[in-house]
Amino acid sequence: MSIADKVEVRLRVNGEDTAIMVLPYKTLLEVLREDLGLTGTKHGCELGECSTCGVLVDGKPFLSCLAMPLDLEGREVTTIEGMARGREPHPLQVAFAELGAAQCGYCTPAMLLTAKALLDREPRPSREMIKQALSGVLCRCTGYLKIFEAVELAASRGSDG
Amino acid sequence: MAEAFSVVGKSLTKPDAYAKVSGQTKFADDLSLPRMLFGRILRSPYPHARVLRVDTSAARELPGVLAVLTGDDLPVKFGILPVSQDEEALAREKVRYVGDPIAAVAATDEWIADEALGLIDVQFTELPHAMSIQEALAAQGEPIHGSSNVHKAVALEFGDTDAAMRVAEYVREDTVFFEGNTHLPMEQHAAVAQYAADGKLTLWTSSQTPHYVHRALGKVLELPMSRIRVIATPNGGGFGGKSDIFSHELVAAKFAMATGRPVKITLTREEVFYAHRGRHPVLMKVKTGFTRGGRITAMQFQSFLDGGGYGSYGVASTYYTGALQATTYAIPRYRFEAVRLFTNKPPCGPKRGHGTPQPRFALEIHFDKAAEELGVDPVELRRRNLPAPDSRTVNWLRITSCGLEDCINKVVDGSGFLRRRTSMPKGRGLGFAVSSYLSGAGTAIYWNDMPHSEVQLKLDRNGGVLLLCGAIDIGQGSDHILAAIVAEVLGVALDDIQLSTGDTDLTPIDLGSYSSRVTFMAGNAAKAAAESVRDRLFRAVANALHCDAADLTARDHRIYRSDRPADGLTFAQAVQRAEAQGGVVTGSGSYTPPNLAGPYKGSGVGPSPAYSYSAAVVEVDCDLKTGEVKVPEVWIAHDVGRAINPMLVIGQVEGSVYMALGEALMEEQTFRLGLHKFPSLLEYKSPTALEAPVMHTYLVETIDREGPFGAKEAGQGPLLPVIPAVANAVYDALRIRIDEIPITPEKVLKALNERDRRVGPKSVPTFSFPPLIKAEVPEEWKGK
Repeated sequence: MSIADKVEVRLRVNGEDTAIMVLPYKTLLEVLREDLGLTGTKHGCELGECSTCGVLVDGKPFLSCLAMPLDLEGREVTTIEGMARGREPHPLQVAFAELGAAQCGYCTPAMLLTAKALLDREPRPSREMIKQALSGVLCRCTGYLKIFEAVELAASRGSDG
Repeated sequence: MAEAFSVVGKSLTKPDAYAKVSGQTKFADDLSLPRMLFGRILRSPYPHARVLRVDTSAARELPGVLAVLTGDDLPVKFGILPVSQDEEALAREKVRYVGDPIAAVAATDEWIADEALGLIDVQFTELPHAMSIQEALAAQGEPIHGSSNVHKAVALEFGDTDAAMRVAEYVREDTVFFEGNTHLPMEQHAAVAQYAADGKLTLWTSSQTPHYVHRALGKVLELPMSRIRVIATPNGGGFGGKSDIFSHELVAAKFAMATGRPVKITLTREEVFYAHRGRHPVLMKVKTGFTRGGRITAMQFQSFLDGGGYGSYGVASTYYTGALQATTYAIPRYRFEAVRLFTNKPPCGPKRGHGTPQPRFALEIHFDKAAEELGVDPVELRRRNLPAPDSRTVNWLRITSCGLEDCINKVVDGSGFLRRRTSMPKGRGLGFAVSSYLSGAGTAIYWNDMPHSEVQLKLDRNGGVLLLCGAIDIGQGSDHILAAIVAEVLGVALDDIQLSTGDTDLTPIDLGSYSSRVTFMAGNAAKAAAESVRDRLFRAVANALHCDAADLTARDHRIYRSDRPADGLTFAQAVQRAEAQGGVVTGSGSYTPPNLAGPYKGSGVGPSPAYSYSAAVVEVDCDLKTGEVKVPEVWIAHDVGRAINPMLVIGQVEGSVYMALGEALMEEQTFRLGLHKFPSLLEYKSPTALEAPVMHTYLVETIDREGPFGAKEAGQGPLLPVIPAVANAVYDALRIRIDEIPITPEKVLKALNERDRRVGPKSVPTFSFPPLIKAEVPEEWKGK
């Protein structure tokens, strides 16, 4: 591939503006992981089936494996690396750590971001609302219960810390 | 009164938790090295074919392609078990399933590598394929391997079962099928290889068994193991699916050697379905004789395993379909016959519960039916056949602690099983089942008399502790267990422990994160290592305080006199004293399981230093119109010996229940015209957050005399009783018997319309098992 094949993409990721030259057919998932070094976003199928690659775009859950970066210019992308405030982990991250809601940790970034989108919209969700909100993100380790409990713990502590 | 322990038994945050919630954990595919190439593998489109010619010339000419490999570049055969060295990194003469690797390309990016795969011209001659147990037995054409599709056949008998059947007052026989399914870890397998200018090879790989990968690389690449370093990266889920030797690991290493550049290969999701090594489809026949009072007099068990295209762990899987019947029930006479067949499907191997969920399913629905005919409730039938603690089974397995009765009481009382099951509304039902499982296999995969687990500790002058162990965390929390045990013994905190794990250059041997062995075996090694270091610190402190080392306590970062706690040194001061006296403060510990094999051929599979026990009650809610079965609530009790970290144990139990429900109700690996029907996450159905039931988890602590602080396994056993409990609950709800896993809506509707209200196999194929190996019965079972 020569530089001539690449296009400039301007993205705002985790509050930082960045301009990079990428191959136009690369997905947001690939650009985040391979061009921006944000490997906290994982891939599970690259077909939009498992939500492992979930990030937030303008605060809403978004499948990065199906998104083209060129379409996202001017929008706010949040990855797991942008979830903490400086060195202070987000209350959801603390609750996930404390309750053992991350076993292997592979679905965890997408699970956390999806839960964040829920709490930003609905600070005290019911168990049913949590189940609905997280139902697209597959986890094979936990059986989901510790994840529900962690979301509830974070909500009870106040997601805004 | 101080608590007995300061770390053990507490639900503390595990050491790797914050790395995981921040996305900082580096999985294999997250690694990137300068000048790294990307590899892709060409796989067979045919289930069974001869490979006549592989022409790679066009692929080699594509710009960006740096190397192409075929089977001739890696001709040495391998396999995880020494008795099944039947795999090639890239198939040379023939392919045995759709997805079997044939050739590989390394290029400057994955798109070029993919494009180059399309330029490889392979000529095949198709062969007839066998896609089931029945087809493998009936096959007329060329066998998949050697001279027959029979991979392994075994026949064992402990006492005269025919005679015991004749005197039984009630005999029952059932035929049951368990369809295969796969692990489906969220992380696809990945490996990165680097061959340095000094001739040393490093492989980072998402493997549960770096030591076995190390051995296989040495063999296949024909390199001394001292020039190979295998680093297991944290596994993004394993469940047994990353405990084999995989083509992409060998190919990435060979590419690195061929090009002098780092090479990464990450499997696509579809390829993960072909890598497989998951649950064997097993057809089973079980026959049990009882007294009128419901005591077992004898059992005869037959299993037919559909093994897929290669051996993998299959010989062990075959024995495991028969080994643990007698650790769960007191069986006085036992016959076990099994055969594993090669078929043209991805190879099967160990998935959570390795070879035991299938017979557990068969046995527990068989007992449910027997209870009804004997006129006793299903709980009481189990109570009348409980194995005894500190006993030996008829097939020579040594039981130490056994908390099965406690487990039964917990779930039966918690669910109100006996009271509620007779008064459930239409379509709702309760089912019950029990199980037992290994705390690590008592024998290694390759014969040797060395330890199974080893731990080294190095203390620094500020009181920090470096813990080195070959075990790898696959999400189950093994890092925490090792750190907690060492912190407890040395009286320091969890975050004083620095872990280095799963690195064949740095860490002493642990055989791997499989077989539910890490807490028990690596835990015992960690405890021994910590005790050896503590002894040295105690000698140094005793010397300083002019007291006896036996009078000292290590706790709260201090070492002090037990009778006068104010008299002591800080932990760091103690380390400095010891270092001043004797140099670097290190210690090591090892664990070798006792020799528990019985006096017969085939006794190597089944023995474990301790068995865990579980019991479950499952509630189902069935839709009579659609046939859909929902599980609103589960009660599960698990005898874990001692919970080193109750929160992590409950996490393992809940994860096991979840995986069991997936297998019970929807997960299946099935094929059509030789092709996997759904090698994708969308179509391979697995439970989502919406299907998560309410779970009541009860931990039973029996404090096993040989486990570290009394601990036994937790990662696999709790899966076992859940699957049959679902089937028994469906019977309770609808009076139909689904004797076949998974219990899909189609099968439920079919059973509702059948005259015998049953879906399941009618018989097993005719097969000439080898002559029975008649083993002597242990002393305590003679005359019974």
